[in-house]
Amino acid sequence: MSITIYVPCDSTAVSIGADRVAKAITKEAEKRNLDIQLIRNGSRGLYWLEPLVEVVTEEGRKAYGPVQVTDVASLFDANFTEGGAHPLYLGLTEELDYLKKQQRLTFARIGITDPISLDDYIKLDGYQGLGNALKQSQAEIVKAVTDSGLRGRGGAAFPTGIKWNTVLNTPSEQKYIICNADEGDSGTFSDRMVMEGDPFVLIEGMTIAGIAVGATQGYIYLRVEYPHAHIALNTAIQKAYEAGYLGDDIQGSGKAFHLEVRLGAGAYVCGEETSLMESLEGKRGLVRFKPPLPAISGLFGKPTVVNNVISLASVPIILDKGGDYYRDFGMGRSRGTLPLQLAGNLKRTGLVEVAFGMTLRELLYDFGGGSASGKPIKAVQVGGPLGSYLPESQFDTPLDYEAFAANWTVLGHGGVVAFDDTTNMAELARYSMEFCAAESCGKCTPCRIGSTRGYEVMDEIIAGQALDKNIPLLRDLCNTLLNGSLCALGGMTPYPVLSALNHFPEDFGLTGKVNAA
Amino acid sequence: MTESTTIQATVQTIITALQDKPGALLPILHAIQDKLGYIPTDSVPAIAKALNLSRAEVHGVISFYHYFRDTAPGKQTIHVCRAESCQAMGGKHLEEHIKDSLGIDYHETTQDGKFSLEPVYCLGNCACSPAIQIDHEVYGRVSADNFDSIINATEELA
Repeated sequence: MSITIYVPCDSTAVSIGADRVAKAITKEAEKRNLDIQLIRNGSRGLYWLEPLVEVVTEEGRKAYGPVQVTDVASLFDANFTEGGAHPLYLGLTEELDYLKKQQRLTFARIGITDPISLDDYIKLDGYQGLGNALKQSQAEIVKAVTDSGLRGRGGAAFPTGIKWNTVLNTPSEQKYIICNADEGDSGTFSDRMVMEGDPFVLIEGMTIAGIAVGATQGYIYLRVEYPHAHIALNTAIQKAYEAGYLGDDIQGSGKAFHLEVRLGAGAYVCGEETSLMESLEGKRGLVRFKPPLPAISGLFGKPTVVNNVISLASVPIILDKGGDYYRDFGMGRSRGTLPLQLAGNLKRTGLVEVAFGMTLRELLYDFGGGSASGKPIKAVQVGGPLGSYLPESQFDTPLDYEAFAANWTVLGHGGVVAFDDTTNMAELARYSMEFCAAESCGKCTPCRIGSTRGYEVMDEIIAGQALDKNIPLLRDLCNTLLNGSLCALGGMTPYPVLSALNHFPEDFGLTGKVNAA
Repeated sequence: MTESTTIQATVQTIITALQDKPGALLPILHAIQDKLGYIPTDSVPAIAKALNLSRAEVHGVISFYHYFRDTAPGKQTIHVCRAESCQAMGGKHLEEHIKDSLGIDYHETTQDGKFSLEPVYCLGNCACSPAIQIDHEVYGRVSADNFDSIINATEELA
């Protein structure tokens, strides 16, 4: 009987040697005359254990990791192909604590299947949601999404069902579905994992969205920094066309949906939906004024749904198991699950999909295992480069959109970046301003000019110059950015800057009491 | 044919293949840069003409996006992630080391033409920070030491 071995093809696993390990395993098996089938799966998201090699045994899939090329011969010596004992042996994959404690809905298949195998996808409940959607009216599909309580996972948390309903009820000959796959936030990689690890779930979600609102053309606006995802998506799209899951007559329903991947070109601001549409239209990514809402006048002036990858990838399970099933996870107005991404200075970095409601502290210590450096965690930035820094005193905040908002913090796209006590928060505040200056689209003055003035003031503050004048100036500038910017780039850059200043005044050369914002 | 006419012919083939796509400019620019490594300034008039845009509009788009470049890069381009997660894991130290060992700053190319250096704001490799990308290959948990061995390995391959 052939032995089945899994080695992830996920780009982060590859970045630390998965390709070399896969090659070494194939070569070693040949040398030993062993008949193996090596499958490149997505990543389970336990990145501190990557490259994570799994072997199929009678009891289930057994895991070994982190495996380096130099470990391969000894793994074969230890008979790992039959689940033999080895220092890198971790047990049954499904029993690993980090995985077992999660509620994987959107990530149900990721790490288990060969990402570009349509057979694998269908075997594990793939296209069940679309099957149900094709039996329902457009209004019923939109109602299921509304009932699920799903809110935009890109960061703004706008109710997905309401957006879809607006597009459904705006008459037009042409409508569009756009997937915002411009995942530019530092500390986030859940979109990438979905696109590399289960591209069909995104394709299915977009197809359902198209049928629900009457759009026949979809675009995935993918950041150019994700070449692996680009290949996986294009391969999966081609297979979906060949199998009749995309095209002019989806599964004999007479309904059409076409899908194309378009690449961004390294502009962070193009993750903002109106800037993204400008870019898709072939222009500079300048932010548009709203209204009109994209749902009424979006891409090429037509009604357009713009949703994040995770939002769209959560749609198939909602249509498969029902809005109630999804809504039963979560707390308050934050329903369902959120794929959180643990990054930065943490021992156990990775992907944690759990129902809303867990505290940040549980996430950082029970899952993340504390800092990688062993030093105390000083601050955590949640929600990307425009998210606030949380000090230890805020670690008990539950992961819930409203609970975070009450603290002047944001959950955003679920990225969590931890910093240890060697970090200087004034340097990070300066970096936020510099980042805003580099990425500003230039359309509105507060963001375009304010960001540059911002890092200039920060330079003086870091040099200890005229703090009595410069600190109020920095606050005043942040106030202008907060209230006067056209989009979230300028409007939220003050979140990291002011949270750093308010919680860590000593890093700004201030002693004693701080004049809070 | 001279080098310049070959380039013009390549650009024209790309334009003809893609100009009828809705929002064709970015796909055209990507295709040119994929093929040539950069977008030559003298390809701008042909693009503008095909898409019924002004040259200024095309230039504006090329200069807006960090990824597009109008000069030839080195044989390999090294992208260094400058974002927060990498900073939390010593990214700044790595950045200095890379600049020192190549002897260049961002947006520059080594004198021997081997490497260009570009900053990038997040490679999505944040679970294994700090990260760099050399052409399409991403490397995670890069230290000063293993940067040197990565570079030596790519130089041997080159």
